Amino acid sequence: MSHIKSGHEPLIRIAKRDAIAKPKAIMIRAIAVLLSLVVSGVFIFAITGLNPIRVYEVMVEGAFGTSRRSWVTIRDTMMLFCIAIGLAPAYKMKFWNIGAEGQVLIGGICTAGLMRALGSSMPTPLLLVVMACASLLGGCLWGIIPAIFKAEWHTNETLFTLMMNYVAIQLTSYCVSLWENPFGSNSVGIINQQTQGGWFPKIFGQAVSLNVIIVLTLAIGMHIYLTYSKQGYEIAVVGDSVNTARYAGINVKAVTIRTMAVSGAICGLAGFIAVAGASHTISTSTAGGQGFTAIIVAWLAQFNSAIMGLIALLLVSLQKGAIQIASQFKLNNYASNVITGIILFFILGSEFFINFRLILRGKKGGEEK
Amino acid sequence: MEQTPAVELRHVTKRFGKVVANDHVNLTIRRGEILSLLGENGSGKTTLMNMLAGIYFPDEGEILINGTPVTIASPKDAFDNGIGMIHQHFKLVDVFTAAENVTLGTDDAKLDLRQVADHINEICQKYGFVIDPMKKVYDMSVSEKQTVEIIKVLYRGADILILDEPTAVLTPQETDRLFDVMRNMKADGKAMIIITHKLHEVMDVSDRVAVLRKGEYIGDVATKDTNPQKLTDMMVGRAVKLNINRPEPVNTTPRLEVRNLTVYDALGVKRLDNVNFTALGGEILGIAGIAGSGQKELLEAVAGLQPMAEGASITYRSIGSEDKGIQLVGMTPMQIKRAGVSLAFVPEDRLGMGLVGTMGMTDNMLLRSYRKGVSPFADRKAPKKLAEDVLKELEVVTPSVSFPVRRLSGGNVQKVLVGREIAQEPSVLMTAYAVRGLDINTSYTIYNLLTEQKMKNVAVIYVGEDLDVLLELADRILVLCGGQVSGIVDARTTTKEEVGLLMTKFQKGGDKTI
Repeated sequence: MSHIKSGHEPLIRIAKRDAIAKPKAIMIRAIAVLLSLVVSGVFIFAITGLNPIRVYEVMVEGAFGTSRRSWVTIRDTMMLFCIAIGLAPAYKMKFWNIGAEGQVLIGGICTAGLMRALGSSMPTPLLLVVMACASLLGGCLWGIIPAIFKAEWHTNETLFTLMMNYVAIQLTSYCVSLWENPFGSNSVGIINQQTQGGWFPKIFGQAVSLNVIIVLTLAIGMHIYLTYSKQGYEIAVVGDSVNTARYAGINVKAVTIRTMAVSGAICGLAGFIAVAGASHTISTSTAGGQGFTAIIVAWLAQFNSAIMGLIALLLVSLQKGAIQIASQFKLNNYASNVITGIILFFILGSEFFINFRLILRGKKGGEEK
Repeated sequence: MEQTPAVELRHVTKRFGKVVANDHVNLTIRRGEILSLLGENGSGKTTLMNMLAGIYFPDEGEILINGTPVTIASPKDAFDNGIGMIHQHFKLVDVFTAAENVTLGTDDAKLDLRQVADHINEICQKYGFVIDPMKKVYDMSVSEKQTVEIIKVLYRGADILILDEPTAVLTPQETDRLFDVMRNMKADGKAMIIITHKLHEVMDVSDRVAVLRKGEYIGDVATKDTNPQKLTDMMVGRAVKLNINRPEPVNTTPRLEVRNLTVYDALGVKRLDNVNFTALGGEILGIAGIAGSGQKELLEAVAGLQPMAEGASITYRSIGSEDKGIQLVGMTPMQIKRAGVSLAFVPEDRLGMGLVGTMGMTDNMLLRSYRKGVSPFADRKAPKKLAEDVLKELEVVTPSVSFPVRRLSGGNVQKVLVGREIAQEPSVLMTAYAVRGLDINTSYTIYNLLTEQKMKNVAVIYVGEDLDVLLELADRILVLCGGQVSGIVDARTTTKEEVGLLMTKFQKGGDKTI
């Protein structure tokens, strides 16, 4: 033990930034993307000996190479985007809803059940409305259960919503075995394959058009709701400080439940889009982890609708590109996942440098403004 | 022969940004002695002790243990030097037993809980504690938890103990028991420092008293050579002239009548005990008291944010309709607002309660008005105008009205909050520590705003900590002590000493008529 006072200053200290100028933030992100491309380029070359530029080209081809591929990319982007829109109000309120998977599945079950039952008796436009309403209600229910428990008894919403996912998965398994077709296949198969009853109709000659229309409408609606409505304002206040909300006379319980009703309902609707607008079947992998990926989308975009759309597009194209390079270069599936991982790591990591700054030893960090 | 002091602090200084929490403090603690560290709120007592406990590191000065200079850079260093601190907020693991908590963090090679329990029982016997080592912390009373904290530091062999306001959470009987234990430890040759605000406890338990005021070391006296009056004088210092403009109240009329107000907190501890007073329109009612005497609960009860015990009554009368009293007890903040009550409240926690830190001025102005109208959309035009007016009139320094308020300086944050609250044209204006952390100029701006409101016949309630300000700004001062009203005095005729004594409840007095 010595009594030299400042001998132990660490080499690097981390301090929170109070503010960062927009151009600087954009620059940090741009550097992150560039770095990620360089690092994964080195990785590709070191492991496979392939030309990284060529590999990137193939990734782009994988996502947008043909018009069919582009539409698949768009369809999947819309799905992810939709869930992120659903999560945005919950996360803006700092309600850690990691139950989107479950909410999507419940919406999917409602849709698939009605599609099987009414597909041959009800005209498709009416059936679509009925299925949409049912999935909204289902997702809403799945969302408000943890919200009520949180509001009334302060249960932890993270664990609660997570556990609700497993309930939803089990329910889905049950429905799959109930609706098995053909018998013994352990899957529901394509519902109404002949009649296409309850399927999204082609609009402008594209099967995906309705998906895009619904999701973009939701995106605009959510933007207006969060930015201009009184309820959106309440969500923001509760998210920033529950005490301030109470002080202002906001009924925090009511806002919590109401917001999760909206959040769950939109996630439920995403299940409707997934079943009626894409797969036309239901399985435990209908949500496929997108309920979790959408959390990243919503947070990275800071709940800004337009940016959520862009990030969803980026993530989905990366994934499509990765699949393409895996098959074209006969790479192991994991190799392409590593590349996506590296790119995501850098993008997420850049947020650290936007929120914090490093102070090297010897610099007077406290005075730097 | 003078023994070597157990602890000696020489010229210890600690700054937080521009604030000097401890300014060249010298202090000695001897073995077999109980030293009281006395001082008003914010005088730097806890900061000083935290440096001994290894939580903060001093910017200047040195610390000597048994005459040897040491570096205390972490709580572990403090333990190695035999220093143990019992914090105001217990640091125990709820689901562990007393024995498990005591052994936590020690690096015994093997963990034998029975042996630990035996050792705990030994310590208990030696000093007169009563505790069951196998009892889980969540089953314990507050006093038992404190006992575990003390045993924890003794178990690790500490012979210099720091107790940070240990009696704040105890009943009088439990306090007596604690003092008995402390005397036993003193007899065993331990050095003890007790931080407390309560003068009778200082007189009761300590051998010597050291006084801090505004971060400066004022001096120390032997307890037997002093009395509460002298200690109060040392603590509050001489009155300082501030020349705050204070016009005589005109047309005073009751605005807020509080009767039989008793409040229990979530743990069942009584925070306010049968409080009665009337706030008059046209005057500033100052509220003085040591931190945590019930000020927060009082204001929050009026604002509808605090559950109250049965029998309370809070009657409100707005400007212009004095004959129509509105009963506020039992109403939520929203119901209070809907009943047409114009109550403005500047809470102590500006960003955590009064404002939304991530939002700009406009959206913060919206907080009070966003419900207006039937449209589902919030109207931002009026709040924007209000934000611009506040910015101009109170000279708020901000890049724009949409710049997040949490990134403004403390004074500007307060201007935004006060500006919004005054814009409601209140009949009652409550402020808690309205000038805390503000520079002189901003403080005077706030004083003038409050006085302006008073002249508009608003009842202004000003909870403050600086007695000099209270004496010159307020018309009457209500003194809270341990949740009770220990006196209501005329601010023009009272003295700092009188208020100081009421705060520590050594003398009943003042004008108790309401």
